[in-house]
Amino acid sequence: MTLELTAGVPDRGVDVTIEVAAGETVALLGPNGAGKSTVLAVAAGTLRPERGRVVLDGRELTGERGFVPPHARRVALLAQDPLLFPHLSVLDNVAFGPRSLGHGRRTSRESALRWLGEVDAADLADRRPGGISGGQAQRVAVARALAAEPSLLLLDEPMAALDVAVAPALRQTLRRVLADRTVVLVTHDVLDALLLADRVVVLDDGRVVEDGPSAEVLSRPRSPFAARIAGLNMVAGLWRDGAVLGDDGVAIRGLAAEAGPAPGERVVAVFRPSAVSVFHEAPGGSPRNSLAVTVTDLEPHGDQVRVRAGHLAADLTVQSAAELDLAPGVRVVFAVKATEVYVYRT
Amino acid sequence: MIPRWVYAPAALGVALVLLPLAGMASRVAWGDFVDLVTSDSALTALSLSLRTSLVSTVLCVLLGVPMALVLARTEFPGQGVLRSLVLLPLVLPPVVGGIALLYTFGRRGLLGDELDLLGVQVAFSTTAVVLAQAFVSLPFLVVSLEGSLRSAGQRYEVVAATLGASPTTVLRRVTIPLVLPGLVSGAVLAFARSLGEFGATITFAGSLEGTTRTLPLYIYNLRVTDPDAAVAMSLVLVVVAVVVIGLAPQRPRRTGGLR
Repeated sequence: MTLELTAGVPDRGVDVTIEVAAGETVALLGPNGAGKSTVLAVAAGTLRPERGRVVLDGRELTGERGFVPPHARRVALLAQDPLLFPHLSVLDNVAFGPRSLGHGRRTSRESALRWLGEVDAADLADRRPGGISGGQAQRVAVARALAAEPSLLLLDEPMAALDVAVAPALRQTLRRVLADRTVVLVTHDVLDALLLADRVVVLDDGRVVEDGPSAEVLSRPRSPFAARIAGLNMVAGLWRDGAVLGDDGVAIRGLAAEAGPAPGERVVAVFRPSAVSVFHEAPGGSPRNSLAVTVTDLEPHGDQVRVRAGHLAADLTVQSAAELDLAPGVRVVFAVKATEVYVYRT
Repeated sequence: MIPRWVYAPAALGVALVLLPLAGMASRVAWGDFVDLVTSDSALTALSLSLRTSLVSTVLCVLLGVPMALVLARTEFPGQGVLRSLVLLPLVLPPVVGGIALLYTFGRRGLLGDELDLLGVQVAFSTTAVVLAQAFVSLPFLVVSLEGSLRSAGQRYEVVAATLGASPTTVLRRVTIPLVLPGLVSGAVLAFARSLGEFGATITFAGSLEGTTRTLPLYIYNLRVTDPDAAVAMSLVLVVVAVVVIGLAPQRPRRTGGLR
């Protein structure tokens, strides 16, 4: 299922063309006002662009010849807020799509229950949306969107409104259910782009400024925005005793974001440069991971200093960097708490 | 916190509403009360009032829900003017409404000839009572429902559409259930207003026992000839009104899942 989308909305200064291949997940990144939401609205059919065309699986949804209304597009939208219908039970919320497709009440509920199971929320079936947590509600919203059997799924910052504590689990669920689906994902979080998307499209000021495989765009960003949001620390290796045994010999303890990887399984440890502290000597008796590294570079990063050591980076205040008297070639210790390190299967 | 002195005028206002009711209740001839309110003509008037008010409320819902939807969910030139005009009966003296209806649906009215050809006589019939009541009550339902529709917003409707629901399905399964409290309170207000309708009814429908003499008209007729009966029936109307208002949702239901 392929999507070709061109959206020209002069009012909002947006002129974007993107393509999504069948089964591909594309992350749309970009600063606020870059045109991400406009692209989603054009795809969903809630906005009719002045100039533009949307073709899904060879069917023209928006074009000069006609306009398919949102309900007939088979394009589902999952927003930042779950927006579960408050007057329906969780089960009936999920059964809403199948019912709208013309399936009977029984069949619809059966398929709703199956989708709830798919997102580990089957136990919520009889609850009211008002009585469940934000993370649970968003899980249900995912099930509801999938139950509508969409040809294209649009996700608009699906984890932005969630507690940091529940986001990783939902991200894992999405990773599982989005595989082999045609998806456009708007996000601000580089982790989402890295773990959920095959390809990243960066928008700025209504134009596409970068387009390429996620790992490539994020490791070698050419646009300032991609550069700013990329720069996560990543250590690939094998999972052993609650730690990632890096290919370069380091061991990093972290939290497995998904149900325990098997010992010896290939995983990746991910942590933000802002979670890293820098010391001259390894801090004794602390629960932190300590990595002995050599500083390779110092660069300004907003109002902070980014200390690079090979492929790892740490963000420090200018004051700390000055007190540590850092310079390329100095040997230091990067310390990061295990709770700040997320471990994912690769 | 509100200033203490506010309580004084507030209490005065409550007294203004409740004191006359107490005054009326003090004049009720309790000994004959049951006989007075169960006389044939009293029961006829009460039953006519309840039936016509019910029909006019149904009419208000059938016409008012689409009106509120058009006002709340669409945009077109002149919408503001149209809204003001539709709400006109709220501020118009009912007797003026009655005259307007008479010169529209009456025998010599705007549509009089057409209705005559169809063999329909509207003025001074029970149909006229219902029309007069709907005329004055419709704005109550439209205002209440339009407010609910606007505060409910369109986000749920957009989600429902992307889940494959046609506009009619969205209306039936999402929009109406979400604004149900507003719809119910609007309908209750419309019913209460219909029940109390007097001016437009007497002008357009007259006061024929069993056909157009609703409870307010009956009471007005009695107030000179049989004040005791008038007071007793007034009390009945007060009780009915209190019951109706008591049925209305006091507060919109909290919509869950929203932050």
